[in-house]
Amino acid sequence: MSEKKTSEDFTIEKIDTDILVIGGGTAGCYAAEYIGENSGYRVVVAEKADIKRSGCLAAGVNALNAYISGGHTPKDYVEYARKDAEGIVRDDLLLTIAEKVNAVTRDLEKKGLVILKDRDGNHVTRGWRNVKINGENIKPLLAENVYSQKNVRVINHINITDLKYQKKDQSSHGGQKAKASEDKSGDLRNGKITGAFGFSIRERKFYEINARAVLVATGGAAGLYRPNNPGFSRHKMWYPPFNTGAGYAMGIRAGAEMTTLENRFVALRCKDTIAPTGTIAQGVGAKQLNSKGEIYETKYGITTPERIYGTVEEKRAGRGPCYLKTEGISKEAEEDLYKAYLNMAPSQTLKWIESGKGPSEENVEIEGTEPYVVGGHTAGGYWVDTERRTTLNGLYAAGDVAGGAPQKYVTGALAEGEIAAKTIIADLDKNTGSRPVGEFTEDTGIRSNGDLTETENSSVPEIADGDVFFKYKKHFTEAETPLTCEQAEEAMQKIMDEYAGGIATDYRYNETGLDIASTRIADLVKLSDTLKADDIYDLLKIYELKDRLTVCLALIAHMKARKETRWHIFGENADHPEKDEKYSCYVNSVLRDGKIQVLYRSLVKDTPESLNRR
Amino acid sequence: MSVAINKSKCIGCGRCTEACPGNLLWIGEDRKAYIKDVRDCWGCTSCIKECPVSAIDFFLGADIGGRGSVMTVRKDGQFNDWEIVKPDGEKKTIIVDSKSSNRY
Repeated sequence: MSEKKTSEDFTIEKIDTDILVIGGGTAGCYAAEYIGENSGYRVVVAEKADIKRSGCLAAGVNALNAYISGGHTPKDYVEYARKDAEGIVRDDLLLTIAEKVNAVTRDLEKKGLVILKDRDGNHVTRGWRNVKINGENIKPLLAENVYSQKNVRVINHINITDLKYQKKDQSSHGGQKAKASEDKSGDLRNGKITGAFGFSIRERKFYEINARAVLVATGGAAGLYRPNNPGFSRHKMWYPPFNTGAGYAMGIRAGAEMTTLENRFVALRCKDTIAPTGTIAQGVGAKQLNSKGEIYETKYGITTPERIYGTVEEKRAGRGPCYLKTEGISKEAEEDLYKAYLNMAPSQTLKWIESGKGPSEENVEIEGTEPYVVGGHTAGGYWVDTERRTTLNGLYAAGDVAGGAPQKYVTGALAEGEIAAKTIIADLDKNTGSRPVGEFTEDTGIRSNGDLTETENSSVPEIADGDVFFKYKKHFTEAETPLTCEQAEEAMQKIMDEYAGGIATDYRYNETGLDIASTRIADLVKLSDTLKADDIYDLLKIYELKDRLTVCLALIAHMKARKETRWHIFGENADHPEKDEKYSCYVNSVLRDGKIQVLYRSLVKDTPESLNRR
Repeated sequence: MSVAINKSKCIGCGRCTEACPGNLLWIGEDRKAYIKDVRDCWGCTSCIKECPVSAIDFFLGADIGGRGSVMTVRKDGQFNDWEIVKPDGEKKTIIVDSKSSNRY
């Protein structure tokens, strides 16, 4: 570790470690703890906030939604998730998760997580896939176990922006001294990820972290679309507004292959507070009701997209607002709901108390959120093998950024963190790093149909083109524009809302609109380079915007490439309103020559034989 | 919805600035915590759980139904005591036992 001055007042800290974990959330914390417990490798956890209360579990969570009970098997879980996603999942990845969710639940309980039990000491389940918990303190619990590992160093309040890479037979690129590469293809198939660059959000300090393996375990992407409450309460959204999709963006820029981003996630929420509805719908059995007093959920179905689709359709037909029918629940149930929401979404309880009418007296109005990209709920994210290696050597992915395995939730993210940790340890033990991508695709049984079939003309800034730190500093020194980062962010959200299937269009989009969105977002990418930072917090906001813009461009390319409507709400393609069996395949993408290029891959289906072999 | 920091109660310990998942809370030149932009708060209440002197009030913006009530939380052993004070001074306290699971 060394520190030196770069200019008047910026210092650079250089850190060498064995393993860098980017993102100290559910998957990242669990991976770091596992590596600490099971190896002597040095780990650095780089976290944008503080691991004690960061990411989507900051407020808590009231249930573990992936837990298998009632005589069901991991295979049943795979089938449930596959059916829910209309077939576009990776059976192989889902199975590795489903096999572990109960073990990680037991581990969490051992660490102090409170789980509801019956008189015989068995977990009380909601359906067969869910246990009820007191998860207000789940993040502090996970953090505590990371801090107890002596070979794990946690760096809080650091924003990682770019992966560091080494091309084959070349020295490392992207550092303070490195020159821009001649080869601008962003194709790192023969190279290796060797660390990452970032900056402190507390002091004027840049970081260069060198590692033999990098695990990207950041969150999904919120804030791409104009949110439900665009004014004062603009950040009262489902997923943390601080999760910008940075992990996807740094991978995209480095040329990693992404999958199924077009499988957006939209949540059905309590209106205004954007608090969860599952607790009411499944917890007290409240039905969906339109303004005529008719229960409409039976008409559309009760999967998440169907529940939202029904709500959107009822409103379109003039039968809104829509509600969850809670009137008449007992006062005792109402008090329990107050407590349940305080443990995960406190604003809802405040709203009930403040209005003077609790759910026993007044039905709860509901609405769909703006769309998100989040691999823990739907399937968008890094294309990985069953060991959680990405297509780039030395780079691994787990949790919300890892694709192909929807409905993983908290326990699935823990499972993936553990799987990735095991793989990294094994790869470092063998001193081989991860494997080249060609070998990887054959191993997972995907036929080599990865030809680039469509090209998007949107220009994405490539990884570490020259000097990352120089780029940081440019925002303090050279930037000159009357426009602000906030304006650019609102412009992005407006474009995505209106042209890429946001709330404004009832989630529908078409190719003409997507092309407009793509062009305008690309303009904002250029604008983002000229934005001015007065302090390090401004720099954070600018890089958050840049990450979101990168994710938007990739998302638009994916949405355009799936010329069908496979999922209501998540992917309402108005040009192609029906499901088309031709698209029973994955839409994947990579950045080549500054363009997001799409490739289609055949579905990975585990046969019963291969399932049994495991 | 956002948080308001009660400057007369704040002791400038900085625990809230560590806890905020959005890096929104900072210590100002007056050695008191302040929020960068009230519109950027997610509403997770991490900061008010960390505050040792209950100097942070949680409130709903008027655009989502806020009418001026504020909420704080105090840790009392294994219990979280959530206190809501309405504009007319009416109080409601909800005690949540951290050793007991949600029923729903």
